[in-house]
Amino acid sequence: MYQTNYHRPSSVQEAAKLMSGATEGKYLAGGMTLIATMKQRLAAASDLVDLRHIAEMKGITVNGRSVRIGAATTHHEVASSAELGAVCPAICALASHIGDPHVRHMGTIGGSIANNDPAADYPAAMLALDAKIITNSREIAAADFFTGLFETALDDGEIITAITFDAPAKVAYQKFPNPASRYAMAGVFVARRDNGDVRVAVTGAGSNGVFRHQGMEAALAGNWSPDAVGNVSVDASDLLTDLHASAAYRANLIKVMTKRAVAAA
Amino acid sequence: MGVEGIGARVARKEDKRFLTGKGRYTDDMSVPGMKYAIFVRSPHAHAKIKSIDATAAKAMPGVIDVLDGKQLTADGIGNLICGWMIHSKDGSPMKMGAWRPLADETVRYVGDAVAVVVADGVNEARDAAEAVIVDYDPLPVVTDPVKALADGQPQLHPEAPNNLIFDWELGDAAATDAAIAAAAHVTEVKILNNRLSPNAMEPRAALGIYDSGDDHYTCYTTSQNPHLARLVMSAFYNVAPENKLRVIAPDVGGGFGSKIYIYPEEIVCLWASKRTGVPVKWTCDRTEAFLTDAHGRDHVSTVKMAFDSSNKITALKVDTIANLGAYMSLFSSCVPTYLYATLLSGQYDIPAIHANVRTVYTNTAPVDAYRGAGRPEATYLLERTMETAARELGLSPAELRRINFIRTFPHQTPVIMNYDAGDYEASLNAAMAAADWDGFAARKAEAERRGMKRGIGMSCYIEACGLAPSSAVGSLGAGVGLWESAEVRVNAVGTIEVMTGSHSHGQGHETTFAQLVADRFGVPIDSVNIVHGDTDKVQMGMGTYGSRSGAVGMSAVAKALDKVEAKAKKIAAHLMEADESDIVIENGELKVAGTDKSVPWFQMALAAYTAHNLPAGMEPGLKEGAFYDPSNFTFPAGCYICEVEVDPDTGKTEIVQFVAADDFGNIINPMIVEGQVHGGLAQGIGQALLEGVHYDPDNGQLLTASYQDYAMPRADDLPSFKVSTSNTPCPNNPLGVKGCGEAGAIGSPPALINAITDAIGNNALTMPATPEKVWAAAHAAN
Repeated sequence: MYQTNYHRPSSVQEAAKLMSGATEGKYLAGGMTLIATMKQRLAAASDLVDLRHIAEMKGITVNGRSVRIGAATTHHEVASSAELGAVCPAICALASHIGDPHVRHMGTIGGSIANNDPAADYPAAMLALDAKIITNSREIAAADFFTGLFETALDDGEIITAITFDAPAKVAYQKFPNPASRYAMAGVFVARRDNGDVRVAVTGAGSNGVFRHQGMEAALAGNWSPDAVGNVSVDASDLLTDLHASAAYRANLIKVMTKRAVAAA
Repeated sequence: MGVEGIGARVARKEDKRFLTGKGRYTDDMSVPGMKYAIFVRSPHAHAKIKSIDATAAKAMPGVIDVLDGKQLTADGIGNLICGWMIHSKDGSPMKMGAWRPLADETVRYVGDAVAVVVADGVNEARDAAEAVIVDYDPLPVVTDPVKALADGQPQLHPEAPNNLIFDWELGDAAATDAAIAAAAHVTEVKILNNRLSPNAMEPRAALGIYDSGDDHYTCYTTSQNPHLARLVMSAFYNVAPENKLRVIAPDVGGGFGSKIYIYPEEIVCLWASKRTGVPVKWTCDRTEAFLTDAHGRDHVSTVKMAFDSSNKITALKVDTIANLGAYMSLFSSCVPTYLYATLLSGQYDIPAIHANVRTVYTNTAPVDAYRGAGRPEATYLLERTMETAARELGLSPAELRRINFIRTFPHQTPVIMNYDAGDYEASLNAAMAAADWDGFAARKAEAERRGMKRGIGMSCYIEACGLAPSSAVGSLGAGVGLWESAEVRVNAVGTIEVMTGSHSHGQGHETTFAQLVADRFGVPIDSVNIVHGDTDKVQMGMGTYGSRSGAVGMSAVAKALDKVEAKAKKIAAHLMEADESDIVIENGELKVAGTDKSVPWFQMALAAYTAHNLPAGMEPGLKEGAFYDPSNFTFPAGCYICEVEVDPDTGKTEIVQFVAADDFGNIINPMIVEGQVHGGLAQGIGQALLEGVHYDPDNGQLLTASYQDYAMPRADDLPSFKVSTSNTPCPNNPLGVKGCGEAGAIGSPPALINAITDAIGNNALTMPATPEKVWAAAHAAN
């Protein structure tokens, strides 16, 4: 690791100020990707501004079906929140399968979505739940937030403080993990609201990161059942091929995971 | 046996320090003035080094020196060598290309070391290593062993045209071809054995300490065989004469073969310590380990197995191309030859066998022995072929094996080995009973109702352990003898120290070797210390690999114990005025049989050292040594049965049952044996289901250089194993033991692939059987 300066602000404002004063600063929101990358000398932050100790960024509030999760809330806290589980069990289940216990006690939801790893789980949840990403300067709809591989709509120095969403009536997440990394090789988050609105968000498979699958959504809006998925075609040409799986195999996994998610919802 | 003797399920003595963080590994060693080394490694898989400019690096803070291959060459440090000579079938010796500890002209794989930085701290050394400017002239690359043999491919070493190291054969080609021509049925299979990364939990490390006062070197290193390291570094690498070089392998966290070899880094640390005047420590990081630890396997084979009309095997013909990587590692040549082709008879009576093996250089990390070493390759090939043949012949897999089992011993195979003992049908029956083979059809039908494809597969393996009779391996090309040594030192208060040339890096020798002593003298194992891993403390020994520590290392201890016992009885007889032939040793006492006269063990020991009252002419003290050279290999064997469920929608395989029925001969500690089997199974299942080293064929970059991409087996990939043992004692060593360290990794891969191919109804499947491959094969079958 290259030398770096560590800062532990206690407010969002202080964090933003520290960042603006740094030459090549990075927010540290758990560091489960960043620290490993720095240890390999593939990232060289002059300053690390740790967001995990800012009280206003932590915690989960559930009001009716309205949910707010502070950006510095750990995966473990999401996974084990009973009140969140009561309205949106899928996001708890999703968090419970991220990494291992060490990662789940360090990594945060804000850190995960800000990193926008194309195989991370949370981006699919954000899209399917129609979440809002709250920052220290604005609100960004999830649909506008994830802009490409490891790319987001965040401006330099902007801090995600929370995410909010209204919990849909039916939700489920199914992931087929990469056997090596256990990241999603294809992960599908499905959500259906009482008004009939259906969202199907796919992670781990798209060559440009997380995306919604319109064909699945249309089929499931007409018939919310696993059988409805059977005749939907998944275009492999937009999907990722790598050492672990071809685009054709990922296309198959998207169908299978969607089917299973609908069955589980 | 007593409660702690042979056969007792004794908890491991060494675990207290491992479990409480008190283990002492090479990286834990610290000496005054110690500095840190970081290697500058080639980012190219094949390139000429045009120049190395370390001016800027040397001027950086904390940097003591930057050393390169030209300096190393100028100081007379020798090439790394392969210590087992193989001759091609035309009589020519293997073509060993030069492997410099620091490349001075050409780099041949990504990770090849070109320079070393020594600095005050690891970070300073890393900073400076990045500032070393190496000007490379990249050359074309070849990573595939089959392609590397073709004309017009990149050439790695001038000594080896077409990258061919040797073209070797074993067995009778004419008899084999004739039997195949006359066969009622011939099964033909192409077999790929995937390349593996060893991934010991503790990465390699070395600490080189040069003492200019005595012109003496000390090397702490992660070695499975410190004496061999000293011998090779003295005799071949010209580091220092043996009496000026102490090698210490303290606690070592796993080896699996990868820590047998002498690598560039320990040589360079010793040399750099003399050049810089400071002790130099290097600890490998995980990425470096993926890049530079010797890999395992990587064979491409074609097989023909011939049968007569009663389904008896009449011949086996094997053609194998083995990838040895960029350089010949220390034992690389014997793995795909004498540890492989000699096991191709398996458990079967096969009248004619012919194997042809070509070994090849490619722009990849060196390949050498990895848990099983040649025997997993032979077993996988043979047991996949047997399964395929059974399917083609319409026989049950068990039936075809029963028809062909060897049933009388000793049995001379056509490929050198003389099997001394075994009962293969007993293992097969035990495994089938434990697996409830007969109930499989019902379980398959039940799985089908859930939409799952269930399959069952078996593997009947044999391996050769207890390496090895020195004169036999010498005649086959080995550069060393493979005996073992022991010294048993009884202290004046009766406690005992055993110096063994074996080395424990996870095997539990401190417990099992002590059990051997406890069994003999009836003393508690806590009064016995096992000393190993230090060339200054322990007499010359050959270390641990090839499941040899029980059969060879403990046999040496047993021989030394014989001598101690004889002298102890003489002393006791003298003290009790009895005849020494009447003395028996029981529960820590030397007794006169049939009387109530006895001398406690400690009192006899004290008498040996006070020497006030010893038999006339007897030397004082009680310390005996022995060397044991085995008369034959040992032949552990067994039957493994694997049952899987494949999800046809995703291709994911779940192992629902894994049964291992092994014959390891006599067993010293059943708990440790079970642990060895479990670990071996995990590694074999890892090979079959998950693991695989991949290089980019165009540029030779390692694509699986981290756990993000190299899939290691984890607890939730594995079922609870059902293990059992049967026992035909080995007749060729004093303890009747055979060895258990590698069996799990040898026997399991074919059982698993046989089960998956049974489940999906398609025999065309290669390891690792990733979900995508299984899914594709399952759909191709429908």
